[in-house]
Amino acid sequence: MAAADKVDPIHQFHINPIIPIHIGGYDLSFTNSALFMVITILVAGAFLYWSTAQRALVPSRLQSMSEMAYEFVANMLRDAAGSAGMKFFPFVFALFMFVLVANLLGMFPYFFTVTSQIIVTFFLSVLVIGTVIIYGFWKHGLHFLNLFVPQGVPGILLPLVILIEIVSFISRPVSLSVRLFANMLAGHITLKVFAGFVVSLSAFGAVGVAGAVLPLAMAVALTALEFLVAALQAYVFAVLTCMYLNDALHPGH
Amino acid sequence: MFVTPAHAQEAQPTEAEGTHGTEAPAETTHAGTEVPAEGHQGGFPPFDPAHFPSQILWIAITFALFYWFMKRTAAPRIGNILDARRDRIASDLDQAGKMKVEADAAVAAYEQELAEARANANTIGQKARDEAKAEAEAKRKQVEAELDGKLADAEKRIASIKASAMKDVGAIAEETAAAIVEQLAGKASKADVAAAVKAVAK
Repeated sequence: MAAADKVDPIHQFHINPIIPIHIGGYDLSFTNSALFMVITILVAGAFLYWSTAQRALVPSRLQSMSEMAYEFVANMLRDAAGSAGMKFFPFVFALFMFVLVANLLGMFPYFFTVTSQIIVTFFLSVLVIGTVIIYGFWKHGLHFLNLFVPQGVPGILLPLVILIEIVSFISRPVSLSVRLFANMLAGHITLKVFAGFVVSLSAFGAVGVAGAVLPLAMAVALTALEFLVAALQAYVFAVLTCMYLNDALHPGH
Repeated sequence: MFVTPAHAQEAQPTEAEGTHGTEAPAETTHAGTEVPAEGHQGGFPPFDPAHFPSQILWIAITFALFYWFMKRTAAPRIGNILDARRDRIASDLDQAGKMKVEADAAVAAYEQELAEARANANTIGQKARDEAKAEAEAKRKQVEAELDGKLADAEKRIASIKASAMKDVGAIAEETAAAIVEQLAGKASKADVAAAVKAVAK
């Protein structure tokens, strides 16, 4: 069982309760997933807090990193949604840092990857789309529905275009969440499979060890790729969030 | 494959809630969830709805905390740091600009003073030169006048000397002529000689 677990690429996604909590029949246990959510916000929060504690005019390296992350997200949001979008800055920055740190923490061996759980990424994207819808209707009322009516479309095509726009809007939370989830999941499975090859082949003596060099090299290369994907997906999540928020701010465009 | 037990789990809690069960039914459902979870070891945990409530709860709690921290502490702090730096740079640039303007003004003032001084020096030099020239001219004129006077005196003296000399010339000529006549033709009267000399001199 334990030996099988080692090679089983799915094992890393298993959720195990640490503190079982059951309320009203629901399993609300504090699981390994929840533990890593907490670790994620602690790491991200502590980094941002301590690196900027000195408020130095000439920043240290760590403070520079925090400032770069801040300006990166701020510029992203300003480019996508204009200066009116800056009221969402803490939200987008929190999303970006959460996803980034969760992805990067997932790269540590034996660590749980929070963003490889579809329900977690789906929760985050529903949060984004929910913010867009609620803010859009609150700010623009029914004019928010202009979002689905592109300008300059011939009348005869309009129903079709509106239908397409609505479908694309509804698919946004799905695509947003599945993109992040699938990237993290597939990457970790691939990594685990190749690492598993190394272990399995090494069991066949000298020839096996020699043959294991190839999957080992692959696993090393994939690790680098996964670090890239971890950062890239956090960026993609944040930049799409900015674009959707732009729809909430300027639905008519 | 694992959807059916999931539905069974979701159905059970509602029944449990309906009967207002306390700990016991909850424990039963828990036991119920454990069995399928162990059952599909080869299944796919991220799609197992049994874990959805717990995941949603904890992501909501942790993300809310993180958002609150961002909004309250991290974002304003970093924003303040960046603003302070931008302000500082802007004010430093301002100050540098002001100083440059001051320096430019100082240079301009210096240039002007230099130009004035040069102009002053020129006028002073010109004046001195003019004065010296005028003085020299006056002196030269005076000297010239003196020299002219002396020249006139000298000419007068020369004229008088010449006149007296010319007078002597007549007497000498008469004597010489008388002597020559005496040598050639004997005695000649003094009056004849004087008349002859006079006629020749004419």
